[in-house]
Amino acid sequence: MNMNEPHWIEIGPLQDIPRRGARVVKTAAGDIAVFRTVEDEVFALRDQCPHKGGPLSQGIVSGKRVACPLHDWKISLDTGLAVAPDQGCAARYPVRVREGRVSLSLTPDEGCPNH
Amino acid sequence: MKLVLVGNGMAGVRTLEELLKAAPELYDITVFGDEPHPNYNRIMLSPVLAGEQTLEQIVLNDRAWYAANGITLHTGKRVVKIDRKHRFVEADDGTRAEYDRLLLAMGSKPFILPVPGADLEGVVGFRDIADVDTMIQASSRYKHAVVIGGGLLGLEAANGLKARGMEVSVVHIAPWLLERQMDEPAARLLQKSLEERGLKFLLQRQTAELVRGESGRVCAVKFKDGESVPADLVVMAVGIRPNTALAESAGLRCERGIVVNDTLQTFDPRIYAVGECVSHRGIAYGLVAPLFEQAKVCANHLAEHGMARYQGSMTSTKLKVTGIDLFSAGNFMGGEGCEEIVFQDPGRGAYKKLVLKDNKLAGACLYGDTLDGAWYFELMRDGTDVSDYRDKLLFGRHHIGDSGAGGGDEKSRVLSLPDSAEICGCNGVCKGDIVAAIRDKKLFTLDEVRAHTKASASCGSCTGLVETLLAATVGGDYSTPPSKKPMCGCTEHTHDEIRAAITEQHLKTLPDVMRALDWKTPDGCNKCRPALNYYLLCAWPTEYVDDAQSRFINERAHGNIQKDGSFSVVPRLFGGLCTPAELRAIANVAEKFKVPEMKITGGQRIDLFGVKKEDLPAMWKDLSDAGFVSGHAYGKALRTVKTCVGAKWCRFGTQDSTGLGVKLEELTWGSWMPHKFKLAVSGCPRNCAEATIKDFGVVCVDSGYELHVGGNGGIKVRVTDLLCKVDSEEEVLAYCAAFIQLYREEAHYLERTAPWLERVGLNHIKARVVEDAANRQALAERFAISQRTAQVDPWKARTAGELTKEFAPMAVLV
Repeated sequence: MNMNEPHWIEIGPLQDIPRRGARVVKTAAGDIAVFRTVEDEVFALRDQCPHKGGPLSQGIVSGKRVACPLHDWKISLDTGLAVAPDQGCAARYPVRVREGRVSLSLTPDEGCPNH
Repeated sequence: MKLVLVGNGMAGVRTLEELLKAAPELYDITVFGDEPHPNYNRIMLSPVLAGEQTLEQIVLNDRAWYAANGITLHTGKRVVKIDRKHRFVEADDGTRAEYDRLLLAMGSKPFILPVPGADLEGVVGFRDIADVDTMIQASSRYKHAVVIGGGLLGLEAANGLKARGMEVSVVHIAPWLLERQMDEPAARLLQKSLEERGLKFLLQRQTAELVRGESGRVCAVKFKDGESVPADLVVMAVGIRPNTALAESAGLRCERGIVVNDTLQTFDPRIYAVGECVSHRGIAYGLVAPLFEQAKVCANHLAEHGMARYQGSMTSTKLKVTGIDLFSAGNFMGGEGCEEIVFQDPGRGAYKKLVLKDNKLAGACLYGDTLDGAWYFELMRDGTDVSDYRDKLLFGRHHIGDSGAGGGDEKSRVLSLPDSAEICGCNGVCKGDIVAAIRDKKLFTLDEVRAHTKASASCGSCTGLVETLLAATVGGDYSTPPSKKPMCGCTEHTHDEIRAAITEQHLKTLPDVMRALDWKTPDGCNKCRPALNYYLLCAWPTEYVDDAQSRFINERAHGNIQKDGSFSVVPRLFGGLCTPAELRAIANVAEKFKVPEMKITGGQRIDLFGVKKEDLPAMWKDLSDAGFVSGHAYGKALRTVKTCVGAKWCRFGTQDSTGLGVKLEELTWGSWMPHKFKLAVSGCPRNCAEATIKDFGVVCVDSGYELHVGGNGGIKVRVTDLLCKVDSEEEVLAYCAAFIQLYREEAHYLERTAPWLERVGLNHIKARVVEDAANRQALAERFAISQRTAQVDPWKARTAGELTKEFAPMAVLV
C-alpha cells in the first residue's frame, strides 16, 4: 500500500450536502465541516474558525469561501486560510467524490497549527 | 499583453493596484515617472512642509512593491512621445516601451502667473517633492516668503513655511480666502485664526511683477497698485493646469484635460487616462477621492471585466492645516430657491451654514466644528428629505440619529487621547493600534481600517471616532464617502436600483437577478445573498422559493447561534401572555433536553440557552405539540409585541393593551423584514411597555390610540415619532399592517425603521399610510397576501420532515 495515499472513509452521497452549504462529520478528534460549492467542488475543513472557534459549517458559502457565523471572518475553502487581512488557518482534510459519493480522510494536511 | 503607465503618481498607481487585484496576470506592466521617487502621497506634502511628517512616511509604494509585482519602473524619465501607430512611448533619454494598452496619468502642473520675473530663482510652485525641498532649504536661509494664491494649496504652503520660521504673506486676488470653498463669514474666521498664528494677508491684490534682487534671486513682489512687499521666496499657488501636452502632441482630443468617456477611455480606444490630467464630462478633478473612483473603474476595464462606469463625483473640501477645521461641499453659497440655516459663534470660532433646496441639503460650509461634514455630505449625495429634522440639522447627527457619531468636543477629545485608549469597545481596539495600522499598512478608507483592525466593524457606534483618526492620520480627503454606494463588492448597483430592477424586470430568482444586473461573482457573497433573498421574497411572496443557503444560520436553524456554537430557543408567547400549562410544557422540554440556562428576555419571552443543533428538531417537536410556534427571536423578522397589563387589571389602564398586543402579534408574526422589528402596546401614557422606543409602538389613551413609529433602543436610543392617533383597535391593526408593509417594500436590507425613517422622512410615511386611505388599504392587503405564506411555523415544517437532514451529522466516525 502506498503510504502517501490517504485512507478514504465514505461519508455519503454528494447530494446530501446542500449546494453552497455544508454538513458536519463527527469524529473522535472533533467535528469536520464538508462544504459543497455552487460549482459542486467539495472541501473539508476542521469545523472551527481560527478566530474564536466558531462552527464554519454553519456559515454562508459563496465562491470558494465561507463566512464564519460568529464574527464574519472569511475562510478560503481550498486552503483553509483566513482571507487577508485576517490571519489564521483551519486544518484541511483530504476529500474526494467518486461516482457521486463523498469520501474523507481523517488525517489533516500538514502545515496548519489548528489541528 | 503590455500595459504602459505614464505618470507615477497616486491616480495611476492606484489604478495599477486595483488592476492587480482584479487581474494579476493579465499584463506586463511598465511605469514611467518624471520624478526620481517611487509613488508617494502627494496630499501629504503639506504636513511634510510643516515638519509634521517625513518623506519616508508618505511613500505609498516603495521600489520593492514594484519589483514584487513584476513592474518595470523608470523614474526620472519624462515621456516625450507617443507613437499611436506603432504603439510605443519614448522617454527623453530615448527609453522606449511598447504597449497594447496605454494609461496616461500625468497629473497637473501649477499655473505660473505670466508676470515679469516669474522665472527668477526663488520662485516655485507647490506640486512635488522637489518644490518642497526648495521651500525647506529657502526657509533655513531666508526670511520673507510670499505665497500668491489664498486657496487650499496656498494656505497649506503658507502654514508650512510659517512653521519653518519664515515671515509669510499671502497674496490673494479675491475679497476673501478660499472663495471657491467658503463663504465670507467662514473665511473671515479662518483668516482671523491664521493671523493669530502670525500669517499676513494681502487681499484683493493683483501681482504685477516679481522683482529681481542684486544676487539674481527674487527680492520683492510688486502689485498693480504700485505697492510692494519683500520676498526671498515666492510660492505660486494660483491654480493647476492638467498636463495635456503629451496627449495633444499625440493627437488625442483635449479640452481642459484629456477628454475621456465613462470608462476612462480617451478618443483612442487603446489609451486610457485617469487623474488630474483628465476632463470627464467637462470637469477636471483635483481632489483624491474622485481620482480613486476613476482608478477603480479604469482598472475594471483594463482587466477586461467591462462592467463599471464612472459617472462623475461630488466633492467636498477640507484644509490640511493642523488645528483648523473647515469643510464645504455642494452649493454652499445658496441662491434662488434656496434657504439658509446659519449658526455663528465668533467667540468660539465656530460657523456652520447649511443650504437647503426643495427640503434637501444642497450645500454645507463648516468652520471650527466639522465632525458632521461626512454626514452632511451623505445627506447631499443621497438626496435625503430633511424636512422632519431641519430644526436639529445644524446640531449634527448625534442630535437626531441612530448611528452615534460623536459631537464636536468628542473630536478634540479623541485626538488628545493616549494611544492606549480603547476606541472600539466591541473588538477591543486601541487608538494606537488604529493609527499604526493606518500608517504602516497605508490604509485609505474606513472599510480598509475595519478590515485590518476590526475597529468599528461590529456595532459601528465608534465609526465617527475611527473616521476622525483616519482623517487626522492621512488627510481628510480619504474618508470622503463615494458618490454612489453599491450594495456590496459583487455589484455596481445600489439597494434601490436592485429593488427597482426586481419588480420592473420581473426578476424572480437569485440567478435571474445576478444575470440581469451583471453580478461580478458567480454566486454573490454573504452580504448580497441574504439581501437579495429578502428582496425577492418581499416582491414575489406567493412565487419565490426561499433559498436557505442565502440565509444567516439563525434564520436557517430558527435559533440564535451562541458563542460556543450552540443555539438558544425562544417559543412565541403572544403578547407575553402565558398559562400554567404552557409554562409547564416549556419546563418539561427544558428538563428533557437538559437546557443549561433559562432566562426571561427583554421582549417578555422565555429563552432556553445551550441547545445543541442536532437536538433542535426533537425539541421543537415537543414545543410544537404543546401548541407553540417559533418566536423568531433570531431573525430579521417580527420579534415580539411587548405589553403592559392594561385596563383589565391596572388602575391606570385606559384600554386593553394586552388584548391588543395579542391581536397585533397574531397579525404580524412570521413576517420577514429588512431588519428586526419590535412592537409594544402601553395601556396608558405612563408607557410601561416602553412603546416609544419600538419600531411600532401603541400608547393607549382614554380617547383612543396613539401610534408611534421609528424608535429603537440599542446602540443609539431613538425615540419614536408620532405617526397619528386613531379611535379603534381595527384601525390600529390596519395602520400597523400598512406601516410594516411600507417598511418592508422600501427600506434597505439591514436598515432598521429608525434610519429608514430619517432617510425618507416622516412626511413621506404619513403621506402613504395616514393621508392616503386607499394606499393604506392597498399596503395592508399586500401585507396580508405575504402573511399567508409567511405564517407557516418553520418548526412545524421542520419536524414534519422537511430539511431535517441539515440538523443531523452527515456521518459519525467515532
